[in-house]
Amino acid sequence: MMSNHSEQRIDQPTGTEFVGHEWDGIEELNTPLPRWWLWTFYATIAWSAVYVVLYPAWPLVDKATEGVLGWSSRGELSKEMQRADLARQSVFEQIAATDITKLPANPELMSQAVSGGAAAFKQHCVQCHGAGAAGYEQYGYPNLNDDDWIWGGTLSDIEYTLTHGIRWAGSDETRVNYMPAFGEVFQPDELSAVVDHVLSLSGKAQGNARGAQLFEQNCAACHGPNGGGDRTQGAPALNDAIWLYGGDRAQVSQQIAMPRHGAMPGWSDKLDPVTIKMLATYVHSRGGGQFEGEATDEVAPKEPGPEEPVDVAAGAIGTGENDKS
Amino acid sequence: MTNPETLEKPDRDGPVKRDWGGALDAADADPVAATQRHAPSQPPLELYEKRKAVHNKRIDGPFRRFKWFVMLVTLAIYYVTPWIRWDRGPYAPDQAVLIDLAHRRFYIFDIEIWPHEFYFVAGMLIMAGIGLFLVTSAVGRAWCGYACPQTVWTDLFQHVDRFIDGDRNARMRLDKAPWGPAKIARRLSKWSIYLVISLLTGGAWILYFADAPTLFVDFFTGEAALVAYMTVGILTFTTFWLGGFMREQVCIYMCPWPRIQGAMLDENSLIVTYKDWRGEPRGSVKKAAKNPDAFGDCVDCNMCVAVCPTGIDIREGQQIGCITCALCIDACDKVMADVGRPRGLIDYATLEQCKAEADGAPASPAWKALLRPRTLIYFTIWGAIGFGMLFALGQRTHTDLTVSPDRNPPYMLMKDGSVRNSYTLRLRNMEARPREMEIALRGMPAGALMWTDAIGLEDAAPSQSVMVPANETRIVRAYVMVPAQAKVSEFSFELTSLDEQRERDIAETVFTGPGSE
Repeated sequence: MMSNHSEQRIDQPTGTEFVGHEWDGIEELNTPLPRWWLWTFYATIAWSAVYVVLYPAWPLVDKATEGVLGWSSRGELSKEMQRADLARQSVFEQIAATDITKLPANPELMSQAVSGGAAAFKQHCVQCHGAGAAGYEQYGYPNLNDDDWIWGGTLSDIEYTLTHGIRWAGSDETRVNYMPAFGEVFQPDELSAVVDHVLSLSGKAQGNARGAQLFEQNCAACHGPNGGGDRTQGAPALNDAIWLYGGDRAQVSQQIAMPRHGAMPGWSDKLDPVTIKMLATYVHSRGGGQFEGEATDEVAPKEPGPEEPVDVAAGAIGTGENDKS
Repeated sequence: MTNPETLEKPDRDGPVKRDWGGALDAADADPVAATQRHAPSQPPLELYEKRKAVHNKRIDGPFRRFKWFVMLVTLAIYYVTPWIRWDRGPYAPDQAVLIDLAHRRFYIFDIEIWPHEFYFVAGMLIMAGIGLFLVTSAVGRAWCGYACPQTVWTDLFQHVDRFIDGDRNARMRLDKAPWGPAKIARRLSKWSIYLVISLLTGGAWILYFADAPTLFVDFFTGEAALVAYMTVGILTFTTFWLGGFMREQVCIYMCPWPRIQGAMLDENSLIVTYKDWRGEPRGSVKKAAKNPDAFGDCVDCNMCVAVCPTGIDIREGQQIGCITCALCIDACDKVMADVGRPRGLIDYATLEQCKAEADGAPASPAWKALLRPRTLIYFTIWGAIGFGMLFALGQRTHTDLTVSPDRNPPYMLMKDGSVRNSYTLRLRNMEARPREMEIALRGMPAGALMWTDAIGLEDAAPSQSVMVPANETRIVRAYVMVPAQAKVSEFSFELTSLDEQRERDIAETVFTGPGSE
């Protein structure tokens, strides 16, 4: 039906020419598209050809064509990861250069270390200690949030434990002790008396003279006369509310008769010292961390010092007081 | 939209080609011949139409002067705004209008918008939308005619054309002239000026997104961010292409606004109208002198077509290509004055007014077209949103506290049997200075203590003070410990700024212990 009219007919009301198509008396008018629109369309086709050459395009059996630019989303990711590593580089260097006992004096660096430690903790530590660092009593994985520390809760204590582990064959300096199995030493009634005495130290049972005497003879050397424990040899405190292997009568009794000895790998062979340091600050920040005696005065102010101003060069904090907005 | 009674096409002796792309080859050509583009001898049907360049003639008049004024004001706002300084103290930028995407802050003079207050920006956009409805229903496509960037920059580029190549006829001659050294030189100089304007346009845009003086220097020393160069590049290209070459094609083919207008204009909206009952039938002054009763006021000089920046013939009635810039009114008024006829053959008028005038009724006052329910309702909505936002701005405080309790573990047993919970506190300081804030426990039994991750258990107390950096939200991990026997399930943190404002915020939360499981 395409028109071969030698003359164009014009639709009178609109002043527009007819295309020449006609369906049951309805005729099509010619309202031409602008030519640049056509060129834009051709340009997009041309660009798609260029794109196919430059970028991954045709799916093949196990991967797509690679494109001459070699672009890939994985490549972008690894580039971004490298950039992020580079951006963190200076923080890592600062942490490496700072003794861990001096870290709290630099609140900004400390908080960066804690953040870095939190990330590393998720990767290396949650398998035993749990995502909330609350441990698992039934397995004897200690809770890291509380204020009870078997081997010490200062930053340097924690760093040492992380580096050398507990009863870890990988380090000569690992923290190690072994509690004798008193099941072979005590008669059953003696064991029961000692258990009562141990529970009485934290007010969970009535004390008895026999148990106290046996405790004095067999246990106080490590756990202290009042069951206060001794961190230098990793003897846990028995006079508090926290029990590594559970605090009810049967659990305490079993631990005296046939002690379990948990082990933790040292991380010096897997993690770099900066990561270990950051992990120590994170564990320390979980609410039970203790400050070293010599550092306490300067690093634990009652009120935290003023933050670093956003723009250090712009002046002291006091100058901001007069500004409105 | 078109009222067929008033805007019906005049009955002409020849068919009229609807033509948006410069209908005429010459201003003084025979109009009938010029509009019969598809005479039988012409080549066959084309499905794609080549753009016909619009060479609009220079005109002076009240509307032209108003256009100059608006162009001056809008361009001045665009170029000057980023350079206005606004002292906010040492902790916030001193640029009056700054969209700080990197730090997620909008600064507009005394107002600072944080991401959580984005509803203010949304409100401003809604106001802009309703404002456009209001303007359209009252004065028609005033936005298109005067304020739209495409209009302003097209106008600017058309002035460049005139400056380099001369007025309408000279430009049309140059268009047809073969390429030679003179034409090449003119084209190159014209395009260079286009390019400079485009660069300035794109260049000014990025100044809104960073400190303008710093970025200005960085841009030329090659130290600005890649995105700055890309933005300038893209905007330079679009300005050069859309303003220099596409021009009215943007309004006619690309922009949705002319279509939206169709739904928004009504018979009481001001539009640029050719009063055909007065003008038709058209005839030259000479013809009219011979036979005064046979012709209307239109002398068919085609000045209205010659000055039109989109190249339409307004005498064909309201149409999508008309941006209501009113230059044809200036042109026609001038011609009417020259031939001694009253002005306003082409004029701003509503369809209602046209109808009344055609019927010989007295002209209704202009305010009647403005003050009617539709415009008043738009204005009320627009004003209500504005007042609501102003009220909300006045009511907002510059501190905020949110609390989320730790879920894993829900609580901790301490050595002495005390129970400890931990919380993540977000302390927001919207002032441009560091502020000391006190966090205190409310609804807690005696003996309850709190401390933060920055200090140790030794310094635990019922309240703690924390320094919150200027213009920031500080995240603090807080530990709350109650004695072994205490029973508590719900309590609050209260935040107080330790300055003269003493702004407060209270956040309720829960305390979990062995008994509450």
